[in-house]
Formats: sequence, C-alpha cells, structure tokens
Amino acid sequence: MSDEQSGQAQAMVDAVYRSESRRVLATLIRLLGDFDVAEEAMHDAFRAALEQWPRDGVPSNPRTWLVSAGRFKAIDAIRRHSRLTPLEEVADAVESIAAQTQGTDDDGIEDDRLRLIFTCCHPALSPDAQVALTLREVCGLTTEEIASAYLTPAPTLAQRIVRAKAKIREARIPYQVPAPSELLERLDSVLRVIYLVFNEGYSASSGASQTRHDLSGEAIRLARLLVVLLPEPEPEAEGLLALMLLHESRREARNLPNGDLVLLDDQDRSLWKRELIAEGCALAERALSSRRFGAYALQAAIAAVLAEAPSAAETDWPQIVGLYDVLLRFAASPVVALNRAVAVAMRDGPEFGLTLIDALLDQGELADYRWAHAARADLCRRLGRKEDARSAYLRALELTRQLPERRFLERRLAELDR
Amino acid sequence: MKYLCLVYLDENRLDELPDEECVAYDRSIRASGQCIASEALQSVQSATTVRVRSGKLAVTDGPFAETKEQLAGFYMIEAVDLNEAIQVAAKIPPARVGSIEVRPIRPIRESVAAAEARQQGHKQSL
Repeated sequence: MSDEQSGQAQAMVDAVYRSESRRVLATLIRLLGDFDVAEEAMHDAFRAALEQWPRDGVPSNPRTWLVSAGRFKAIDAIRRHSRLTPLEEVADAVESIAAQTQGTDDDGIEDDRLRLIFTCCHPALSPDAQVALTLREVCGLTTEEIASAYLTPAPTLAQRIVRAKAKIREARIPYQVPAPSELLERLDSVLRVIYLVFNEGYSASSGASQTRHDLSGEAIRLARLLVVLLPEPEPEAEGLLALMLLHESRREARNLPNGDLVLLDDQDRSLWKRELIAEGCALAERALSSRRFGAYALQAAIAAVLAEAPSAAETDWPQIVGLYDVLLRFAASPVVALNRAVAVAMRDGPEFGLTLIDALLDQGELADYRWAHAARADLCRRLGRKEDARSAYLRALELTRQLPERRFLERRLAELDR
Repeated sequence: MKYLCLVYLDENRLDELPDEECVAYDRSIRASGQCIASEALQSVQSATTVRVRSGKLAVTDGPFAETKEQLAGFYMIEAVDLNEAIQVAAKIPPARVGSIEVRPIRPIRESVAAAEARQQGHKQSL
C-alpha cells in the first residue's frame, strides 16, 4: 500500500470510528458481558478494518462488520488465554459468544446504546463514577479529556472508572433498560448525570474553559440521544433537553470578552441564539402539555418565558411567578424560593421581593449562599438603601471564590458610590 | 448469584417494626425459594469483639465500630443480578426505618478449588 492509500484508509476508518464506535462498543458489551473485554475487542476490530478495508473495500454495513469482527477477536483472545483457564470454561464462553446472533440488527443496536446509558448511570455507582463512566463509554471522551474538564488528576479519574467497572462486574449490575415500572426512577438518575455534565461546562470560568464548554455540548448530545432512544416520549427528558438548549442559547451574551458576567437584564439579546430558543421553547411546550411533567420541564418553561421576552421590562413576570409556584410543589428548595422572590420583585416591586428574601435568609439555609446576598443587595440598591446594599454585596463577596463573579460584585459595589 | 442483605437499624427504633411483620416477610421470601438463610440478631449491647494480635487474643466489649445504625439481622438471597437483589432488599421491612446493605458474595471456595484443580492438572501434564 502506498503512503497515500494508507492515509486514505486511515481517514476512512477514523470517520467510521467517530460515527460508529460507541454503537459498536454498546453492542459488544452486551455480547461479551464485560466492558474491558468489549473495549479491547472493539479496538481489535478497528485494527482489522484498517488492514482489510483498503484491500477489500468498505463493507456495505460497517457497523455489523465491526461487531462481528469484534466478536471473533474476543473469541480469539479467550482461546489465547485458554492455557490459564479450564478447558470447559473456554468452550462455554466461546459457545455463548458465538450463539448470540440475535439483536445485531439496527433496532437491537439502538437498544444497546440505551442499555449502556442506563448501566453507566446506575444509582448503585457513585455520582462521580456515573459521570466519568458516561463520558468515557457513552460519549467516547478519553480519560485525559475528562480529567482536564473536571480539573482532576488523570490517574484519579482512571481509577474511578476502573472501580466502577469492577463494581458492575462484581455486583452484577445488569446491562439492560429498566422495566417500565422502574423506568421513571432510573431515568431520574440518568437526567441528573446529564445535567451535572452540562452545568460543569456551563459554569466554566477558569483556564480550562474550552474543554469545559465541550461538556455542555456533550450533555446536549446525550439528552438528544436519550430523547430519541426512549421507547415512549418522556416529558422530563424533553424538559431537560429544552432547559439546556435555552441556557446554551444565552452563552455568548452572559460573559463579556474579558470573562466578566452579564446579568440577564443587561444582556445583549441580539447575541441570543434564536434557533436554540425556538427548539427549546417547542420542547418545553410539548413536555408541559403532556401533564406528566416535573421539575426539569417547569424550569425549561421558566427559561422559555425569559427567552421569548423582547426585554427584561416586557417579560411576563406573573407567568414566571406562577411557574415557580408550581415548581416549589415539585421540588421545594430554598434556592427555588429565592428565584421566585426575585421574580416577585420584578412583578410587584423590589420591596415585595426583599420581604421574601429576608424571610428566607432568616430561615438560615441560604445564609452562606452568595446569590441570596447578591439578590438582596440588588433589591436594596433599587430601593435606594445604599448602606444595606453595600453590606449585602460585601457579604456576597466574602462567599465568592470565582474570579468573574468577584469582579461582577466589585463593579456593583463601586457603582453604589456614583 | 448470591447476595447478602445486611439489615442496619437504630435499635431505639426497633419498636416501629412489629416482629410479626418481619416474620411474615421472612416466611414469604423463604417460600419463594429466593432466601438461602436469614436471622435476626440480639441487641448490639450483647456484642463481643475478638482480635488476635501477635498471637495474643484480645477480647473487648461491644461492636467493632460505633455507629448510629447497628447490624440487626441478615438475609442471604439468590438473585439473577443487582437489580433483582435491590427489589428484594426494598421489601425487607426494616428498609423503611433503617437501611439494607446489599453485598455480592465472593465465590472464594470455588476460586480456590479451581486454582487447586489447575495446579493438579499442571503437575499431571509434566
């Protein structure tokens, strides 16, 4: 093979790797019953493709070819190691791999991707491990990429993944989509992982911000995949996708080029991504109309009302307060109550919001939450209570570690004296 | 596959679980064939901890670790996978008041026996 030919072959296999490797892996895990064996078999299969495709041409269904090649490579590997294993076990393993022919059609393969998602997000794994395993196995990120996105040493992350795989094997976490009776509970865990990944990327502000932005993109891709793969439309999955799209639509407007934060009211709305807003709003509406919605769909609806308003003043605040009232019934938390108080301030005037925030602060749970003090400061500022505003900004500053947030609060503090 | 379901419970809350209810569950799971063994334990106050250090026996009063919830009993069950084991554990009455730790059994006898058999085979082939 000439250099040029082998370069073309490499490019061709690379392209198939990018589009198919996660599907192939998901199916091989089911057929071989082990993450590590499947991963090795998949890499062997791609190596074989690199040798054979330039010579014999690309098979008509590369995915099926790769799954089948992976199975034979795994059987070879078991035979190679057979000197260490009793003969009957080798025969059993080979036979059971060879016998599993069903479910390698396209439908079966899509089910395998859903199995992989539910297994990686199994609640018996620690939340950290769920995130790492999902990014590694479902999204195909390398251990180094995940480590850099989470500002974690790569060996720590690698060990987290090894331990999670060991638990899957030893505790026998099954490779299956949960039964309908368990689906909703288990879906919660999947959605939590996706939202964690998104937020890690969305609140990025440090040096490694580029890889961290990619996390938001991965989370959106994952949610899209989940929405497509689930056997029935699940309003909360659609709601989470909507919520993330609506947040993502404002990404460019929420920071100045120097990284400084810009609050919603002050954002340049022409920077908002209209197509993401349209998609997010449509999904949020569909989720809410299903009447089986939950906290994600409600948060998406709030984000949709904010996104559709031409300006802060022209926002439908009564509707937002109403949505927060419903959200509090689904997911009562002091942070949701704080957000509702801010919406009440927009609807009825700062003094009404301030009364609610002071009551929340008195309850104690938000005493160390920087945004509670920042919100209080902002309302005091609008009411002309300069000294109260100053002490609340100072308290918020004490509690803030992120640099862009600090700069934002310092700017507000300086503006008080103008 | 075998799992041991360890039942942990704050002993002060034991009266929230009538013995009759626990025994009724025990009967039903034994009848289903899913239960291999099960027992309830006497209070942790009756526990004795035994250690041997440098060949010397040390006996102390009480459990190995002081915790809010104490080991109160166990069920050894047979389940196809962790999901099935979790379903069983969720029905153990003390799950409502305390917690159930689900631990897969390590087939230690089988793996030692397999290693011995390989050793034997190796010797014969020499």
